[in-house]
Amino acid sequence: MSAAADMLAAMPAPTPPPLGTVTLIAGPAEFLSERAVARVLSAVSAIDADADVTQIDAGALGPGAMAELTSPSLFATAQTLVVRELPDLPEGVHDELVAYAAEPAADVALVLVHPGGPKGKRLLDRLRQTGLGHVVTSEPPKPWELPGFVAAEVRHHRGTITEDAAEFLVAAVGTDLRALAAAAEQLVNDFSPERLTIEIVRRYYDGHAEVKSFDIADAAIDGQIAVALERLRWALGNGVPAVLITSAFASGLRSLARMQSAPRGLRDADLAREVGAPPFRLKSLRGQLRSWEGSGLTRGIQAVAQADLDVKGGAGDPDYALERMVLTVAWARGRR
Amino acid sequence: MSVWDDLIGQEPLAHTLREAVAAARDRLSGGSGRGMTSAWLVTGPPGSGRSNAARAFAAALQCRDGGCGQCHDCHTALLGTHPNVTLVATDRLSIGVDSVRELVRSAALMPANGRWQVVVVEDADRLTEDSADALLKSLEEPSPRTVWMLCAPTAEDVLVTVRSRCRLLVLRTPSPPAITRMLVDRDGVPEVVAAFAARASQGHIGRARRLAHDEATRNRRREILRIPTSLIELGACMVAAANLHEVAQEEGQGVAATLDAKEVGDLEAIYGASARDGRARGYPGALSTLKKDQSKRRTRVVRDTIDGALIDLLSFYRDVLALQTGARTALVNDEVRADIDSLARRGSADSTLRRMEAVLKCREAIAANAAPLLALESMMLDLRV
Repeated sequence: MSAAADMLAAMPAPTPPPLGTVTLIAGPAEFLSERAVARVLSAVSAIDADADVTQIDAGALGPGAMAELTSPSLFATAQTLVVRELPDLPEGVHDELVAYAAEPAADVALVLVHPGGPKGKRLLDRLRQTGLGHVVTSEPPKPWELPGFVAAEVRHHRGTITEDAAEFLVAAVGTDLRALAAAAEQLVNDFSPERLTIEIVRRYYDGHAEVKSFDIADAAIDGQIAVALERLRWALGNGVPAVLITSAFASGLRSLARMQSAPRGLRDADLAREVGAPPFRLKSLRGQLRSWEGSGLTRGIQAVAQADLDVKGGAGDPDYALERMVLTVAWARGRR
Repeated sequence: MSVWDDLIGQEPLAHTLREAVAAARDRLSGGSGRGMTSAWLVTGPPGSGRSNAARAFAAALQCRDGGCGQCHDCHTALLGTHPNVTLVATDRLSIGVDSVRELVRSAALMPANGRWQVVVVEDADRLTEDSADALLKSLEEPSPRTVWMLCAPTAEDVLVTVRSRCRLLVLRTPSPPAITRMLVDRDGVPEVVAAFAARASQGHIGRARRLAHDEATRNRRREILRIPTSLIELGACMVAAANLHEVAQEEGQGVAATLDAKEVGDLEAIYGASARDGRARGYPGALSTLKKDQSKRRTRVVRDTIDGALIDLLSFYRDVLALQTGARTALVNDEVRADIDSLARRGSADSTLRRMEAVLKCREAIAANAAPLLALESMMLDLRV
C-alpha cells in the first residue's frame, strides 16, 4: 500500500488539538473532506461536549461576520465554526479571514473547506502563508490506490482483508469512495473477527461489477430479457447516464441492420467498414444476426428512437422508458 | 427604384405602408397624421421578408421623399446604421429584460434629425415575458416621434398584451412568379433556374436565392429528392439516414472551419500576447465561453441543415399527395415527376399522409434534442416503400 493511500485512510496522523487552530481542508474528494470535518467536530466535542457548532457557506459571510461568529458565545465556552465553499467568500472578507487565521481565538476551532479547483487559489495561498495549524488535502485516490483505501477502511473498523478481496471489492463496487467505505464497514460488521477473503466478498457482490451500457444492449439483442433488465437496473443505480444506454442500443442495432443488408462475400475488413463496427465485433454480430429479421430491426430501432426522446424529457419517467425499450428490443427479436 | 422594391409579392402591404408614410409626413408638417401608427406588429412566414418590410418602412419614414431608396437616409436605414433607426436582433435564445429597458429609454429620445425615432425588434417572438412587460407602457403611449416595429412569425408568438397594442401587418407567402421575377430582374439569374428556385423554395426568399446561386445547394437538394424512391430495404434506409447526417455534420464543420479559428485569433488579439501561454487574466474563461458558443452554433447548423432537408422531403410527399388526390396544383418538384408519379401509384393517400407525419415527427424530435442520426433512421424506416 502506498503512502498516499495511507494518508487517505480512515485513521489520520494525530492532529493538533483543534481549539485555537485553523484547519484548512482543500481538495475535490468531497467524501474525504467531510470526513475530515467530522474528525475535527468529534475532537472538539471530546474536549468540550457542550461546544457550539456553526456551519455556514462562505458566500453568506459579509464584512464583520468573522468577528461576530468567532466572538465568545453566551451559552458555550468552546465553539466550532465550519465554513464551506471557500471560493464563494466575498472579496471584501478575505482580509478579515486571513487576519483571523494569523491570530486564531483560543476557544474556537475554525474549519475551512475548499472544494478544489483553481477558484479562490489566491486566498488559499494567503491562508497557507499565515502558518495554519492544520492542512488536509483531500485528493481523490488514484484508481490503483483504491484497494489500499479499502484495506485501510477495513482496518479502521478493526477488521482485516486480503489483498485480492480488496481488489475485487473495488471492481465490484466502483470508484465511489462513499460506497466503498460503506461496503467495507458492512463487511466488517457482518464477518468480524473473520479475515475478509475473496470468497466472502464475492458472496456479497458477485455479478455486479460496473455495468457497461453495451452489455445491456448485447443482452437485450440476444433476447436475454432478465439479464438485460438486471444490468439496466444496476447501471441506473450506478448513475450511468440514460443517453449512454440508448446510444449503445442504437449503435448495436444499427450495426446489425447494416450487416444484414451488406453485400455478400465481402472481406472482413471491408465488411467492418461497411457495418461501421470494429473487425473483432463481426463474429458476435454474425451470431446475433442469425436470430434477427428486418422487421424486428425496424421495430427495435424505432423503439430506441422513442426512448431517446423519452429520456430527454419527452416522458415523465426515464427509467420506465428505458425498461420499455429493453423489452421492446428483446421482443422484436424473432427466430426465423 | 424605391425602398418598396425589396418587398417581394407584398403589394397590399406595401400599399398600407405607403399610406402610413404619407400620413407620417402630414403629421411632421403639422397635420393630423391620421393613418400613421406608432406601434406595428409585422408577421409572416419565415423567409417572407418581415424584417425587410420593417426596414423599408423605417427608411421611408426617415427619407425626405418617402422612400426613394437612393438618399443617405434610405441607405443607412436599410443597412441598420441610421442614427435614428435601432435594429434589435439576437442570436441568443431570448431578449432579456435589461436590454429592453435600455431600449425603452433610448426610444423615448427625440430623433436627432427631427423626423422619427424607429425601433425595429426583429425577433419579437424571443422577448421573454418580463421583457414584453417592460415594453407595454412605451408601446401604448410612446413619445410623439417614436415608432415601434415588432417582427414575429405569427401574432400568437408575442404576448397578447403586446399584440393588442400594435397594428397588425401580415405578409403573405410570396408567390413563385413574384420570386422568379425578383431573381431574374434583380439578381440576373436565368429564367429557367429562377423559376426552379422559386418553386423549390416554396416561398422562402432566402432559400430561393441560395438555390439560384449555389450549385452545391441544388445538388444536395437533388440528392435528397432521390431518397424516397430509394428506400426499399432496411440497409437503404440506414444508408440514407447516415448520408444525410454526414452532410449536415460536414456543413457544421465547414462553418467551424471558416469561423472558429478566426474568432479564437480575435480573442487572443484582444487579450494580448500573453494570452497564448495562459497568463492573461480572464483569458481562459473567455476562451471556454467562446468554445461553448461555437459548439452550440455547430449544433444549430447541423440541425438547420437537417431541417432544410426534411422540408424538401416533405415537399416531395406533398407532391405525391397532390397527384393521389387529383389536386390541380403545380408540383413543387416538377423535375422528379416520374418518381413522384411512381410513388403515387404504388401507395394510397393514407400511406402518404403517414409518411408526412413521420417527417414532421422527426423534425419535432430533432428540435427536442434527439440524437439526429437515430431520429433520421427511425424516420427513414417509416418512409420505406
